[in-house]
Amino acid sequence: MTPRKTEPTEESTGVAESAVSQVAPSAFLSVRDLRVHFPTDDGVVKSVDGLSFDLERGKTLGIVGESGSGKSVTSLSIMGLHRNVGKKRGPSISGQVWLDGQELISAGPEEVRKLRGRQMAMIFQDPLTAMHPYFTVGQQIVEGYRQHNPQVNKKAAREHAIALLDRVGIPQPDKRVDQHPHEFSGGMRQRAMIAMALANDPSLLIADEPTTALDVTVQAQILDLIRDLQKEFGSSVIIITHDLGVVAELADDILVMYGGKCVEKGPADKIFTEPEHPYTWGLLGSMPRIDRELQERLIPVQGNPPSLINLPGGCSFHPRCPFADRTDGKSQSETPQLTSVGENHLAACHMSLEARQQIFTEEIAPRL
Amino acid sequence: MVGRRSLQGGRPATGQPSAVLLYIFRRLVNVVVMLLVISLVTFGIFFMVPKLTGSDPALLYVGKNSSPTALHDIKVKLGLDKPLYEQYGMYLKGIVAGRDFNNGPSVSHCPAPCLGYSFKNQEPVWGTLTTALPQTASLAAGASVIWLVLGVGTGILSALRKRSVLDRVTMVTALAGVSLPIYFTGLLTAAIFVYNLHWLPDLGYVNFTDDPVGWAKQLILPWITLAFLYAATYARLTRATMLDVMGEDYIRTARAKGLTEGVVVRKHALRSTLTPILTVFGMDLGGLIGGAILTENVFNLRGLGYEALNGINSEDLPLIMGVTLFAAFFIVMANLIVDLLYAVVDPRVRLA
Repeated sequence: MTPRKTEPTEESTGVAESAVSQVAPSAFLSVRDLRVHFPTDDGVVKSVDGLSFDLERGKTLGIVGESGSGKSVTSLSIMGLHRNVGKKRGPSISGQVWLDGQELISAGPEEVRKLRGRQMAMIFQDPLTAMHPYFTVGQQIVEGYRQHNPQVNKKAAREHAIALLDRVGIPQPDKRVDQHPHEFSGGMRQRAMIAMALANDPSLLIADEPTTALDVTVQAQILDLIRDLQKEFGSSVIIITHDLGVVAELADDILVMYGGKCVEKGPADKIFTEPEHPYTWGLLGSMPRIDRELQERLIPVQGNPPSLINLPGGCSFHPRCPFADRTDGKSQSETPQLTSVGENHLAACHMSLEARQQIFTEEIAPRL
Repeated sequence: MVGRRSLQGGRPATGQPSAVLLYIFRRLVNVVVMLLVISLVTFGIFFMVPKLTGSDPALLYVGKNSSPTALHDIKVKLGLDKPLYEQYGMYLKGIVAGRDFNNGPSVSHCPAPCLGYSFKNQEPVWGTLTTALPQTASLAAGASVIWLVLGVGTGILSALRKRSVLDRVTMVTALAGVSLPIYFTGLLTAAIFVYNLHWLPDLGYVNFTDDPVGWAKQLILPWITLAFLYAATYARLTRATMLDVMGEDYIRTARAKGLTEGVVVRKHALRSTLTPILTVFGMDLGGLIGGAILTENVFNLRGLGYEALNGINSEDLPLIMGVTLFAAFFIVMANLIVDLLYAVVDPRVRLA
């Protein structure tokens, strides 16, 4: 399984050039040319196809994209949570994931397991299904804590769990610690889930759609909590979401994924004020904004997400791109490369920078 | 674990003993009502249907070539001339207080839990049933241990090694197990191990208290035969449940915490897998104690199933009634016990 040999590296920016090197990158988390392919009866699903990014200590990265763009698969790859990797029916994973100088894709499963829950932890989308219904919240926090700290006795571990529940804002934590997940409300359950993830003070926290399953009223509270905890614990955070609104205030950097590839990445303020990719424009246009005059309607991205088995040739976004006809046919024939469009700001689009900026200021910005 | 000590605080609905006792009491009342309904239905079927088809229950007691006066006498003596509701009342009264049966020359007393008097066996039905019960209970207990270990064990292994050789072999064997009837596998094993190889004694039953080894030797074949059938079902059920559970989000969470795969399987997956199996097991065991008709008859065991068939063959209505009620009692009780256990295993279930 070496897709890198059979296909040319699609991202040949300054970042991807160094992807093949085996030297540990300087960034705390560094993903290099990650490819996750699932064999199915209908063909190979290329869920993630050549993804690279860096994340510094204490920073927050937002990974944004619609369903099936490869966001969750990426996070599961970092955590080493894919099953049957390399087997006949399992996914094949290639590329590199460097966490604090250690490469995880080629590391043995036991090494990665020891990092899971200790150095990197994950918050899942639906806390009701993500917690075991038969065990108390306390038991579920304690078990992750004692797995990595076997010297801690049960009483001390329980105190630790209560302190964590208190920290994530659960009232009466000494009582709640003995309750089961179904006795918690949705928001409280997600708080408990966060407490579980923080049990070992991980330096990388991945939140996979942490607010999607929650009431709108609770979403902001959970996001505030994640931000506060990040400041306190100094962890690096990856927030995966389909909702740009979620990462607007939280993320330092934003990576926009489409069809398993990165189409644009850059500092959060740039992505919101000077987005360079038509797909990012679409995402921004479909985001309801309360601070604007009420317009006739949102501007959705037309069409449906592409099939990951038969991605459209050329730029995989071209069938849905309103500006695909302005590239002299290159959109249909050539895969666009991520190119620098500003400081730390990359986008993969065939249109010239000038053309895009003109379209954005004249056609897109007024409608946002 | 931490939760054990703090049960009262954490689980308001199930934690209070009085609430649980009240629940058990209410369920026991339910059990009595259900048994009454079942007895009414069986009574109706076995005492009314013969009348409708023209045959008279009294005929069964006096023999075919009796005089009309003798027939009338026995009817009066047994109360068969009374209206059906009165007969049913007498039947119920007999269960609580006992009853006398005047069988021509002699009066037979049928003491307290009187489920009727079998004139074919010349004894109260209760006596027949209590004599038969140990054989059926021995059969069910031994077989259930074997099928639980075998069925659940292979089911779990199959699920963990999905599509492996072991999985395929197990599932094909399981398919055979479900498909082959007892009177085929039973007779086959008996023919080989008892009559050909003479490894085991002739079919029959030895009391456990008399000779434990002999008891086991007599029962090993029926155990295996019966267990094979059930183990097959359980292996398939366990495998399917386990595969479902292993795909649950909370299993992924357990792995995300860095737990070893052994802990994930043994602690997280197994507990969820075994819960539904507990339900099925309770029902199956209750049903089996009510009588394993085929197994008992194939292996010459005089258990409840044998008595049931016996009663049907000899048109012994009180015996059939008795076996039916007896079996119903065990099934209903098994149901209750499973529900109670379920509340212990699954904290989401509240006894209310």
